[in-house]
Amino acid sequence: MSLVSRRTALKVLAGGGLGSLATGQSAQASEALPTPPADAVAMLFDSTICTGCKACVVACTDANNLPPDTKMSGGIWQMPLDLNSETKNIIKLCQDPAKPENFSFVKHQCMHCLDPACVSACPFHALNKGAKGVVAWDGSLCIGCRYCEVACPFEVPKFEWDRFNPKIVKCEFCNHRLKEGFEPGCTSVCPTGAVVFGKRDDLLTRAKARITDHPGRYFESRVYGEKDAGGTQVLYLSGAPFKSIGLPDVPQYSLAGYATSVHKFLYKWMLIPAAVYGLLVAIMRRRWKVHQVTAAREEAETGLKEQL
Amino acid sequence: MLTQHRSTRVSIGQQLKAAGISRRTFLEFCTKLMVAAPFGLELTDKVHAQEVARVIRKARRPSVIWLHFQDCTGCTETLLRTSKPDLGELILQIISLDYHETLMAASGALAEKCRRDAMEENFGRYVLVVEGAIPQKDGGVYMKLAGKPALQVLEETAKGAAAIIAIGSCAAWGGIPSADPNPTGAVGVDDIIKNKPIVNIPGCPPNPYTLLGVVLQFASNGTLPALDDKKRPKFAFDRTIHDQCPRRPHFDAGQFVKQYGDEGHRHGWCLYELGCKGPDTHAGCSTRHFNEVVDAWPIGIGAPCIGCTEKHLAFRVPMFSVVPIHHAVPPDTYPPVHAEMGKQVSPLATAIVGGVAGLIAGGAIVASKRVELTVHGKAVEVTDEQQNRGPRS
Repeated sequence: MSLVSRRTALKVLAGGGLGSLATGQSAQASEALPTPPADAVAMLFDSTICTGCKACVVACTDANNLPPDTKMSGGIWQMPLDLNSETKNIIKLCQDPAKPENFSFVKHQCMHCLDPACVSACPFHALNKGAKGVVAWDGSLCIGCRYCEVACPFEVPKFEWDRFNPKIVKCEFCNHRLKEGFEPGCTSVCPTGAVVFGKRDDLLTRAKARITDHPGRYFESRVYGEKDAGGTQVLYLSGAPFKSIGLPDVPQYSLAGYATSVHKFLYKWMLIPAAVYGLLVAIMRRRWKVHQVTAAREEAETGLKEQL
Repeated sequence: MLTQHRSTRVSIGQQLKAAGISRRTFLEFCTKLMVAAPFGLELTDKVHAQEVARVIRKARRPSVIWLHFQDCTGCTETLLRTSKPDLGELILQIISLDYHETLMAASGALAEKCRRDAMEENFGRYVLVVEGAIPQKDGGVYMKLAGKPALQVLEETAKGAAAIIAIGSCAAWGGIPSADPNPTGAVGVDDIIKNKPIVNIPGCPPNPYTLLGVVLQFASNGTLPALDDKKRPKFAFDRTIHDQCPRRPHFDAGQFVKQYGDEGHRHGWCLYELGCKGPDTHAGCSTRHFNEVVDAWPIGIGAPCIGCTEKHLAFRVPMFSVVPIHHAVPPDTYPPVHAEMGKQVSPLATAIVGGVAGLIAGGAIVASKRVELTVHGKAVEVTDEQQNRGPRS
């Protein structure tokens, strides 16, 4: 990890500024579903197959060299309550309190959105949509503003609150393993095939085939992540309502794209900022004139110079 | 018993035949050896027990000189008290135990002669097994053998040894004699002998199959097994007790014994909270029980592991202290989908509490100003009165 030079920082900032000035793309274009890269990788999680063995949780900790989060258990077990700075992948239990025999396990990690809100919120391009569509984090560029944490609709990026020099921790699709030709830690160990790794297109076809093969088995008979939040590279099939297994109701278009379109409308040709600025200047000029007249009158009356 | 077998010129196969040990018994022994060292030992890295038996049969009986220092002879006992009939005898046929104070018939000057003879006969070839710690303090005067300090005897005997095996925690790193305050300055073999290959087999006592595995591997192809950073053979010491503990499911389910004899103890729950050192102790006890009796090992009979194979644990950490879990894995419980991270406070409650706090703070400021004013006012009044009185009086 190299420190960022002043020059690089200025370049990045200038690039960002130019990007927001560029008005070539219309608002309609960004509201359409973003297209995934041709080699986009993905994982498909099927909550009806998951047995909750948590092998993926341990595999993730090992693959990413993370310390096990044992705060809840007093040092005995790896027992995270949620994704946190020591947990990039977690298995949670969704259980009906009235009917405990109705339950479902769910795996949470970064969704690797096709158009990620965190990437669009990051002022320094520390988060980027890299090769194979992996949303990766570059520590040498991060300034720790935590905008990504706020921007993410799935509450994925986490901040190391207990560190002097904190990092943003999130699943990076085991980028280091992908580069060496391995699949991510979690998918490589799943004993039941509840989470599988593959190309996004292939997995989407596979997920849809499962829905057709088992009518009525899957909630809403659809794949969560196909279009949700503009499409994600982690696809979910569930028997329980998506909301109950912690997958939020997000719009069927890219949130980042929507925010960008609003932004681009506001700054189009710099017309609105210019108009607002002109209005402010007009008001100030008017008030300044009134002030000058009053000051001249008071000077004439009292013989004292204006103090302003 | 010893003198009649004292020959390293015959192969193990010939010796077994002469002693009338059946092929079946020997194969049984070889199978046990394979189970005890499932990997990491060239000798047992075979498909069938017959192959192991073939290799062992061909080997010359290794000459073993066994020295006792500050010990309890427990390691010797565990080697002999294998419950299977004639196994102790079998062991004594396989290795040529040329000097062993507990087992030899000779005593006094004759015993000393035995040691010298055994050393001369196989100089540079014999395996030296050391049992017990060596006192170092004050020139090693705390233990003498034939008038010589233990330190000197060890150095003398180690000279002709092809390899040294430190059996038991005492010989491996000091064991009980080295516990605080260590009055005799007891240390392990490793701290004294530097120029010989040393294999540590700690344990109080260690499993005899570990010793046999190392010795037979050495006898059959002259190599020692792969060792870890504490010179312990990896095939027996690479896993923790916790990794393969039969009570592990109770640990994962959070079922812990709280005190001896309680309900959980009777049900065979996990002994971690009683101070079991299993999670930090590298040894094979959880899979290789003692005396060939199932569950004959500390945790099996409901006693927490004391970590006897680890220098930093046994006889140093109190019995009931719990050890840290180095590789924590998830328990049998799950976090809920929506974890409660502290209860959400409603905006109305926040507004009311904030309002009340503001009122109190504001009121306090106003009240303090009033007090100031009245005090000041009174002072003014008093001066006025005095001034008024002045001219009158």
